[in-house]
Amino acid sequence: MTIPILAPHPGVWAAAAMIAAIVLCSTAGEVLTAAAMKSVGNLDKIRAHSGIKGAIRAVLTCPLFFAGVGFLALAFFSLLLALNHLNLSLVAPASASLTLVTNAIAGKIFLKENVDRRRWTAAVLVCVGVYLLAH
Amino acid sequence: MAHQKLSAWQYMILGLVAVCAPLADACLSRGMTKLPAIFLDHPATLIVAVFTPWIVLGITLLIGFFASYLTALSWADLTYVLPATAFGNVIVALLSRFWLQETISLERWAGIVLITLGVGFVAQGPSLTVRPVPVVEEGQHL
Repeated sequence: MTIPILAPHPGVWAAAAMIAAIVLCSTAGEVLTAAAMKSVGNLDKIRAHSGIKGAIRAVLTCPLFFAGVGFLALAFFSLLLALNHLNLSLVAPASASLTLVTNAIAGKIFLKENVDRRRWTAAVLVCVGVYLLAH
Repeated sequence: MAHQKLSAWQYMILGLVAVCAPLADACLSRGMTKLPAIFLDHPATLIVAVFTPWIVLGITLLIGFFASYLTALSWADLTYVLPATAFGNVIVALLSRFWLQETISLERWAGIVLITLGVGFVAQGPSLTVRPVPVVEEGQHL
C-alpha cells in the first residue's frame, strides 16, 4: 500500500509549497538562462553572421545555458504536478506574478541589471494585474 | 542606462514570447486535468503524462516560446523581457471575452488595465543595461 504525499485536493500549505517550488525553480532557471544569453551575445547578429547553425552552436556550447535549462525543467515538472492538483486560474497567475517580483530582485542582485523605478513600477503593476486577472 | 530602441523584428519576438506562454499553459492545464491524480511516490506517471496529446501541443508551444525567449534575452534585460511579455495574459483574457463569450468581471478588467499600464511603463524605458566597460565579448562564455 502506498501513502500519497499530496492529497487530490491539497491544503493551503501544500498548495503554497507547490507554487513556491515553481517560483524558485523558475527564478533560478531564468536568471541562469539570462546570464547565459548575455555571455553568448546578440543571437540576431550571430545568426546573420554564422547562420542558424552558428546561433544554435553558440547557445549549446554555453554551460550556463544547461544549468538554466535544468532548473527550468524542474520548474516545468513542478508546474505539471501543481496543475494536476490545483486549478490553472490559481497556479498560473500566482506563479507568474510572484516570479516577476523574485526575478526583479534576482536580476538586480545576480545579473547587476539596472532595475530602476520604472521597472519596479512595471513589475508591481503587472504582478497585481496578473493576480486580479485570476479573480 | 543608454536607451536601446527595439526594431519591429524584436517587438515581434517579444510578441511571440507573450502569446506562446499562456497558450502553452492552457494546453498543459487541459491535458493535466484530464489525467488521474499524480502522486510524488510515483514520479514516472509524470513522464507518461508528457506523451499525451494536449501536453505534446503544450510542449510544442513551449519550444516556440523558449526559442523566442532566448533570442529576446540575448538583446534585452530579464527585468525588461518579463514584464513586457506579460501582455499575453491580457490577450488570453480578451480572447476569452470576445471569442469564447466569457464574462469578464470588474476585477479582471482592472487586472487588464494594470498589466497594460505595466507593459507600457517598461516598454518606454531602455531594454538593456549598458555597462561602461564590456566584460564579455560575443561568443565567449562566463
